[in-house]
Amino acid sequence: MADEQRRGGGGGGRGRGGARGASADKGPGQRRSLFRRRKVCKFCSEKIDYIDYKDVRMLMPFVPDRGKILPRRISGVCAPHQRALQTAIKRARQLALVPYVTD
Amino acid sequence: MSTSRQYELVYIVSPDATEQEVTDLHAQVEAIIARIGGELVKSENWGRRKMAYEIGPHKEGVYVLELINGTGELMKELERRLRVSEKILRYLVVRVDEELRAAERTRSRRKVRTGPPAGEGDATGITSDNNGGFFRDEV
Repeated sequence: MADEQRRGGGGGGRGRGGARGASADKGPGQRRSLFRRRKVCKFCSEKIDYIDYKDVRMLMPFVPDRGKILPRRISGVCAPHQRALQTAIKRARQLALVPYVTD
Repeated sequence: MSTSRQYELVYIVSPDATEQEVTDLHAQVEAIIARIGGELVKSENWGRRKMAYEIGPHKEGVYVLELINGTGELMKELERRLRVSEKILRYLVVRVDEELRAAERTRSRRKVRTGPPAGEGDATGITSDNNGGFFRDEV
């Protein structure tokens, strides 16, 4: 966290941030607050070892309205769990437990 | 030589099948397992539920889950029979023994790391440890 702050602050002061800051003064501050929140993997914190394709209630938060698999950069799921989640969702799709597409 | 593995079989029976037909299908599966050699560990009928999308003209289906110990040949025969059967909308066979073993391994590893004196202050330390230092603690 300390690292990030230093990096963000330095960039905002001069460097590339300076050029952007000219148009909107509060720009860098706002941007940093957007990235402030550190997401934690749901499966790590709840200690779920096996992501079951039959458990639709667990999978649905990772399948937004459109039917696509929620990307990791948004959900904050760690890479190993995202891989397991991906296969689980794909299996569930074959069984019509989870949609392929919805519009 | 073929080794015994654990498989999960889920199949969706057409919603216009009668109760009797569903139990018949289950009996057929059981018979095949008995004939070729294997073990039916668990069987679950989820009943009629709405599907996420239509399969043919159907919007719902009867889901049946079977947990089977057996060889690949057994599953091959089961799949062949399920494919032939007209009342089956869809089926899925997943080999689960390795996945369950991997899950068991991580669970036991966590127990070791937590150690016998599992204090409450300890618990938060473990979670950050779990990420392999991937996520820094929130400030």
